Amino acid sequence: MKGLSFQGIARALTTASLLALAGCSHQGVLDPAGPIGAGERTILLNSMVIMLVIVIPTIVATLGFAWWYRADKPRGRYLPDWAYSGRVELVVWSIPILVILFLAGVIWVGSHDLDPYKPLPAEKNVKPIEVQVVSLDWKWLFIYPEQGVASVNSLVIPAGTPIHFSLTSASVMNAFFVHRLGSMIYTMNGMVTQVSLQADKPGIYWGQSAQYSGDGFSDMNFQTRAVPPADFAAWVAKTKGQGPVLDAAAYAGLVKQSVVRQPFDYGAVQPGLFDQIAMQKIAPAPGPQVGRGDINVSPRSSK
Amino acid sequence: MKLLGKLDWSAIPLDQPIPLLASATAGGAIIAVLIYAWAKGWWPYLWNEWITSVDHKRIGVMYIILAAVMLLRGFADAVMMRSQQALALHGAQGYLPPEHYDQVFSAHGTIMIFFGGMPFVIGLMNFVVPLQLGVRDVAFPTWNNTGFWLTATGALLVNLSLGIGEFARTGWLPYPPLSELAYSPGVGVDYYLWALQISGVGTLSTGINLVTTILKMRAPGMSYMRMPIFCWTSLAANLLIVAAFPILTATLAMLTLDRYIGFHFFTNDAGGNPMMFVNLIWAWGHPEVYILILPSFGIFSEIFSTFSSKPLFGYRSMVMATLFICLVSFLVWLHHFFTMGAGGDVNAAFGIATSIIAVGTGVKVYNWLFTMYGGRVRFEVPMLWALGFVVTFVIGGMTGVLLAVPPADFVLHNSLFLVAHFHNVIIGGVIFGCFAGYEYWFPKAFGFRLHKGWGVAAFWLTLAGFLLTFMPLYVVGMEGMTRRLQHIDNDLWDPWILAAGAGTVVIGLGVLSQIVQLVVSIRMREQLRDMTGDPWNGRTLEWVTPSPPPTFNFPVLHDVHGADAYWGLKQAAIAQERLYEEPDYKPIEMPRNSPTGFVTAFFATIIGFSLIWHIWWLVGLGLVGAYATFVVFAWRNEDEYEIPAEEVARVDRARRAARGPEWLAAMEPQQ
Repeated sequence: MKGLSFQGIARALTTASLLALAGCSHQGVLDPAGPIGAGERTILLNSMVIMLVIVIPTIVATLGFAWWYRADKPRGRYLPDWAYSGRVELVVWSIPILVILFLAGVIWVGSHDLDPYKPLPAEKNVKPIEVQVVSLDWKWLFIYPEQGVASVNSLVIPAGTPIHFSLTSASVMNAFFVHRLGSMIYTMNGMVTQVSLQADKPGIYWGQSAQYSGDGFSDMNFQTRAVPPADFAAWVAKTKGQGPVLDAAAYAGLVKQSVVRQPFDYGAVQPGLFDQIAMQKIAPAPGPQVGRGDINVSPRSSK
Repeated sequence: MKLLGKLDWSAIPLDQPIPLLASATAGGAIIAVLIYAWAKGWWPYLWNEWITSVDHKRIGVMYIILAAVMLLRGFADAVMMRSQQALALHGAQGYLPPEHYDQVFSAHGTIMIFFGGMPFVIGLMNFVVPLQLGVRDVAFPTWNNTGFWLTATGALLVNLSLGIGEFARTGWLPYPPLSELAYSPGVGVDYYLWALQISGVGTLSTGINLVTTILKMRAPGMSYMRMPIFCWTSLAANLLIVAAFPILTATLAMLTLDRYIGFHFFTNDAGGNPMMFVNLIWAWGHPEVYILILPSFGIFSEIFSTFSSKPLFGYRSMVMATLFICLVSFLVWLHHFFTMGAGGDVNAAFGIATSIIAVGTGVKVYNWLFTMYGGRVRFEVPMLWALGFVVTFVIGGMTGVLLAVPPADFVLHNSLFLVAHFHNVIIGGVIFGCFAGYEYWFPKAFGFRLHKGWGVAAFWLTLAGFLLTFMPLYVVGMEGMTRRLQHIDNDLWDPWILAAGAGTVVIGLGVLSQIVQLVVSIRMREQLRDMTGDPWNGRTLEWVTPSPPPTFNFPVLHDVHGADAYWGLKQAAIAQERLYEEPDYKPIEMPRNSPTGFVTAFFATIIGFSLIWHIWWLVGLGLVGAYATFVVFAWRNEDEYEIPAEEVARVDRARRAARGPEWLAAMEPQQ
């Protein structure tokens, strides 16, 4: 009986917090489309409920005490020298310590379970897909090394398949983030980060950079299309051999600062390109082409 | 080599009406004020009594005036950001192009933290701490004045960038490689670097000054455990300044070397490591948060105690919690970048360390709660801010702990949820604290109260506007929206952005009420006059002296026999139905005013400006001038003057006359 009522309270609190903090969210991080996002949602809500259990009574008690002891019409006895009580002190320290101990467990387990570097378990007969991501000023390059194709500002993945991303940056820092799939991760020049994500169902998901990277940052959005595995194979077959080829020369053009509004695909990719970028065999991308830091250029670098 | 370095006519944004008009208006206003002051013959008074003053109270007031002006500038930036986003939906581009919008949000953060929040907090500490300690000034009065003027130099440089050149387009913490010369070739980052380096010297000076004052100069009998709690939180905050600001200075110096003479600390190439900057800047940046919030906690502690007519509950716990937060604040910096790919162990360790800070904060909240228990709570304006603070701050604390849970941070990092969180704690905590302290100590500083009606209006409008602005941002952050977007391509986010824009209008009404309150109060000062120097029935030593306090603060130094020293004196007076015996008045030596600080800052401004624009000969000239100022000050002959005993006696007798038996009776709270 007790357990039941606790669950009831927990559910009511969850609903309240959902209403308060997520409004009518139906596309947000509280509506995940993959296992990583789902795990993160669970931890987010659990932690919130744990804290609301003390936050709400604290707010109520603060307003209640102030009202109860208001000077105009006080209800309680005046205790002008009451400034210490061992028992109250014990409770005052114990409540936050116990809550944080509990939360520390959630943090420890959650941080390991949902470590972005941890590979996702794949079902039988499902081979995880490798995608290499390069953030450019100001667009996203997705290289499929096993398929030998690449795309800009459009990420196509098979649903129900773990995707392992390796990420780097051609120039400044960015963060790769498809919020309905879960975990974001930074991209940095000369370094490779990793994240494993999966979309459970086909769908179109919003992707963006979550780390400000300069003037074109607001246009660094990409569409993530999760498609049935057969459709993914069809997309690879259709793309392969068609359209432009991503080699060192094409890459040198691509890294220049620009915004890409129409996503496009490369039918072929020079092998090892990602590693060359990450290992800085290809130099970091240039910044603004005009207004370099020379004494003779305009002080306002956009000019 | 050009005579004026990089500076030429192209630095003036003649093609951009917004910064051009804004800087012309601001410049015009400053010149108008200067001319008005000159026409009225106020210049000698301003120079002798304020600009060169080494009185900690006047320096405190000047800090707060600077902070108020900069808060208005930062708020103007905020209005531009909210309105830009509200106008840049559905493929619209709004009215600010990216190269301008990026400067606006960078300036907003930089100004609000370094030139709004910090000077306000430092100003309050400067004004209050020596009074609460029952002493006559800070340890190094001339240095105090210098620190203020160096802070003002930083503020001036940031604002100069509006009309001459540009400001940083990197965010308020200029992460490399974006802030390196290759990606930010303009002068914007240089403005940022030199403004912060120069004001950082000022902040560090204040830190050393106040730490020394609190450790070495207290009224007789005031042991550490008898210090008012605001002095404790100020001590903790200033210890953090002393420990953390050198990290900032070193980090910015490394970036400066990268940008000016081709070093490679944080560049992409030649072995530079941009992540090291991120580590270092947050090793300063997280303690900085507590530098701002700890004094606020102290202010609220004083207010809860005074307006409940009770001592602070759990004083020792409060001191412990403060020092605990002070220490742990250095062990949590990595939570600002859980998403950079540290492993599970590292993320978990820093996540847990972060949430442990909430223990200290939680204890404080409960102690405020129990301070009200059994009290007589008076809903004066400072108390309204304090209650509003607790309600909003526990929400901000909760969302902060949520962000400290690494898996939650993986989807909320850099989102508007984060933006809502830190505004929740900085507005709800630091700014509410500053406003509460301003209302609370204003009668002490000027001898009359602030108008209550307008104060109440300012409180409710600010609170409502704050909730209306930032609660939608929590929601839109949950929907995945990231920060710093110049235009918004995802239609789902639109309604929340519009709601936040409306909230800004309400906050604007709150700001307006605050200004009206000040104007109305000055005009009604005779009705609002407080003759006693103790308008709130205070408990600590600042209320024992008249308002405004004389230069020397206290005619006689008081012996302290317990916490809440003044409350003890009053209780004794009530019991004996008379004040303590008139003491034997003696002459008092006080430090002379000195233009050293202002002149140093004048040269520092020249140094900073010419470094930004690569005008090397002027850099040299500025350095020589600053050094010469120092030498002149070091060779001064006399640095003190004497206030005769008759004057001391006159001040104290007036104070005693205002505190007769009727006043004593009125001070006794009803049962």
